[in-house]
Amino acid sequence: MKFAAVVFFWCVAGTAWSAGQVDVYHFDTPEQRKRYNTLIEEFRCPKCLNINIAGSDAPIAKDLRATVHRLIVQRGFSDQEIRDFLQARYGDFVLYNPPFNARTYLVWVIPFLLLFVGLIVLIGLLLRQRRKASPVNLDVDALEKLLDEKT
Amino acid sequence: MNRLSLLIPLAVFALILVIGYLGFSLDKRNELPSALIGQDFPEFSAPDLFSPDVVRTRADLVGQPTLVNIWATWCPTCKAEHEVLMQIARTSEVALVGVNYKDDRGLALGWLADYGNPYNLVLMDADGGLGVELGVYGAPETFLLNRDGKVIYKRVGDVNMRVWQNEIAPLLQQLEVAHGGPGWEMVGR
Repeated sequence: MKFAAVVFFWCVAGTAWSAGQVDVYHFDTPEQRKRYNTLIEEFRCPKCLNINIAGSDAPIAKDLRATVHRLIVQRGFSDQEIRDFLQARYGDFVLYNPPFNARTYLVWVIPFLLLFVGLIVLIGLLLRQRRKASPVNLDVDALEKLLDEKT
Repeated sequence: MNRLSLLIPLAVFALILVIGYLGFSLDKRNELPSALIGQDFPEFSAPDLFSPDVVRTRADLVGQPTLVNIWATWCPTCKAEHEVLMQIARTSEVALVGVNYKDDRGLALGWLADYGNPYNLVLMDADGGLGVELGVYGAPETFLLNRDGKVIYKRVGDVNMRVWQNEIAPLLQQLEVAHGGPGWEMVGR
């Protein structure tokens, strides 16, 4: 029982400690804080693939959050200047929105290509179905004419 | 025709297999391409590890081919890499510059005293600010600079003997040839 209590204590203490690992930053205006929060959601953590720097505990994510904060508060960078700053150092990778260029064109083109192929298949199926479903149209007049000519 | 169309799912499956195989056999799929390759090494100022009052700048890195190695005492891979760097320092004339990354100065000095110092120059980057300028996202990382201070190569992870012989030494040789200087007879041993 005593052991359980000790374990319980350390679990609670542990969560309190990890919850304490939140960056504390000072902002001059609420607008700066809002821009900061938006921007850190926007960049991808270079170390831990597929997490943004807002959601990562990696040291580099912490550094990049500090960098974004510094650029906003001390250097007065605009959002776009901050994007350019990080892109110049960490490459297209940090942007979840990669630019269209020779290296990335497949990523952009393939979905549209697949959509196109899908549409063609769909149209083909619909056409086939219609051809099957439609009753044979008899041109009665023409048939009668034909019969008249024969007889 | 109808019988052939039965094979379509199999073909799609084979295609997925091929793409998967190609994707997973890509060597460096977890490695970020450096935005710095082909660019000038950025301007910086950082204190010297041995005499923190001395501020080092980019000017200290140009003039000869230079390996800039990001390391830290908290980084286990750096320990393995250290021996290789010692060997490079013994056998090659390339300048070795260490960047002690987000580390404690005392620990760093102790490390170099214990294991030897392969570096011609060691900079301190206590807060990781220089690391951000360089696009560093972990340690160790290593940049190769030509004599004009342009980054021509980057290695993420440790420089081992294989990387040195297959990737870095040939580049150094090219640099030397391009410069018309003496060959690197020592390189790659």
